[in-house]
Amino acid sequence: MDYFAQQAINAIQLGSIYALIALGYSMVYGVLVMINFAHGDVFMVSSFFCFLLLLVLPVPFIAALLIVMLATAILGVCIERLAYRPLRNAPRVSAIITALGCGLVIQNTTLSISPYSQRMPELFTPVTWNFAGLTISSLQILIVGISVGLMLALDFFIRKTRYGMAMRAIAQDRVTVPLMGVPVNQVIAVTFALGAALGGAAGVLYASAYPVISATMGVLVGWKAFVAAVIGGIGNVRGAVLGAYLLGAVEVFTVTVLPSTYRDLVVYTLLLVILIFKPYGLLGRPAVQKV
Amino acid sequence: MTRWLQHPPPRGVLLALLAAGLAACFAIEQFGLVDDYVRFVLITFGINIILCVSLNLVNGWMGEFSVGHAGFMALGAYLSACVSVKWLSWGDPLWMFPLAVIGGGLMAGAVGFLLGLLSFKTRGDYLAIITLAFLMIVKSGIENIPYVGGPRGFLGIDNHTTLLWTAVWTVLTLWTIRNLVYSRFGRGIVAVREDEIAANAMGVDTRKAKLTAFVVSSFFGGVAGALFAHQLQFINPSVFDIVKSTEILVMVYLGGVGSLAGSILGATAFTFLSQALQPLGTWRMVILPLILVLLMIFRPRGIMGMREFSWFVPQREFPKKEDKK
Repeated sequence: MDYFAQQAINAIQLGSIYALIALGYSMVYGVLVMINFAHGDVFMVSSFFCFLLLLVLPVPFIAALLIVMLATAILGVCIERLAYRPLRNAPRVSAIITALGCGLVIQNTTLSISPYSQRMPELFTPVTWNFAGLTISSLQILIVGISVGLMLALDFFIRKTRYGMAMRAIAQDRVTVPLMGVPVNQVIAVTFALGAALGGAAGVLYASAYPVISATMGVLVGWKAFVAAVIGGIGNVRGAVLGAYLLGAVEVFTVTVLPSTYRDLVVYTLLLVILIFKPYGLLGRPAVQKV
Repeated sequence: MTRWLQHPPPRGVLLALLAAGLAACFAIEQFGLVDDYVRFVLITFGINIILCVSLNLVNGWMGEFSVGHAGFMALGAYLSACVSVKWLSWGDPLWMFPLAVIGGGLMAGAVGFLLGLLSFKTRGDYLAIITLAFLMIVKSGIENIPYVGGPRGFLGIDNHTTLLWTAVWTVLTLWTIRNLVYSRFGRGIVAVREDEIAANAMGVDTRKAKLTAFVVSSFFGGVAGALFAHQLQFINPSVFDIVKSTEILVMVYLGGVGSLAGSILGATAFTFLSQALQPLGTWRMVILPLILVLLMIFRPRGIMGMREFSWFVPQREFPKKEDKK
């Protein structure tokens, strides 16, 4: 029972990080109806940003988090401006291929610069508490706290602010909204900046929880978050969070039952099964095809 | 352009050219006319043409988006390696190797059939996700089968992929896919790309068209994988990852969607580029996706997109001289 509860804590920690990344996938899909395959690699690069920042100047945790979030947001906006905006009106397949290509460019550039995985310096000295047979570290509380805080802030932003309203409007009808005077390009840039900033926060939190970072993290971790977004119903922000915690739990408990090499197999089989029975994810609404 | 390029030559001339090409491959193989490196590159070129044309059937002519082609390659490679190393290793390579290649193709085709069934319900982005999940499942599935070596890879495959076999399979792939897309039934596959609902309303059996396209495409993907395994003599699950799929996508979108000549052109350019960029190491895999991104922005249909070199078009597509009057 203790073991089970301990694993549950690990699942919540992993799920929180997945949720932050999955939100970036889901927001972009909601607004642009496009799978931003490069987002996982943006997340990976953000943890390298954090690594470089700490090499140059050892700043406290919160400062590192904010600086990395800002740098990643700028990267996200640049990708949108250079690679995706020219394809705004192109066939959707072109946009997916471009995103896949951008992701590989980022991943292989990082791999060429840093061929080996890097050991992250400690950002934060955790305190551990023993509580009724369970071990909880202050780092875990911090990760879950920051993630949940950012998710609530995003939910507030989408529901209550003018930009959030514009984002929801563009998601509904991209033809009429510009006629109403909404600056579509600006709103899309804000969406990318927010998504990438959340990915950046996830990069810092991931690197402090699992302090070995490598260029393949975008595929190993980032794409899991993508699976989470699809399971929850891509385009639906709350679905992304639900999918992420579900996936975190599945991954952690798979490893307690099966050898750890089965983890990817179970995760992607789960994705396939969910797509067969609920093609639009758990909370997604089916798209009506107009003739 | 000169007149003879705009109109296909008589059938006999094409067949004679084909026979001459195959004879040249046989001669090169028999008398060792080229060194090992050139031979390796030529075989890679043939395998790349097979991969590119077969993925083009789904991504180009049918207009869907699959990123799982490396998964079919993996299935073909592993099954054919099992046949030639474990099950029929006593056999004479003359009949055993074609059997292994066909077996690999059939295995991939059978899985392609299942993936085709899934394409009935989902299209576009979600189908792309399904093919991605398929690729990941194949890769991590193979890693968990100790019988084929797991993550360490499959060792000790003999080198059976000769230039002649590669040429024969390349011609067979081009011939099958040309005849498929120019047949009455194959026009249904193109109709699915243009508008699935309208095609259905006009009486095209879109389900059958999709299934056929997926099965044929994955069969030849598996054949290419089998040839690939017997060329490299060592296969490893991490070879067949998303990077491999992206390489095939680069070929398809560089050469041109929905075009046989484009597929050959794309495979040629890609084979040449990746050999020329070899000294750059991992930076090679920065440049290739970058080319893909630039292509999508500036020329989304590729060099020969939706056009065809007249020699690949069947004679009956051209009006006869009397009709023109």
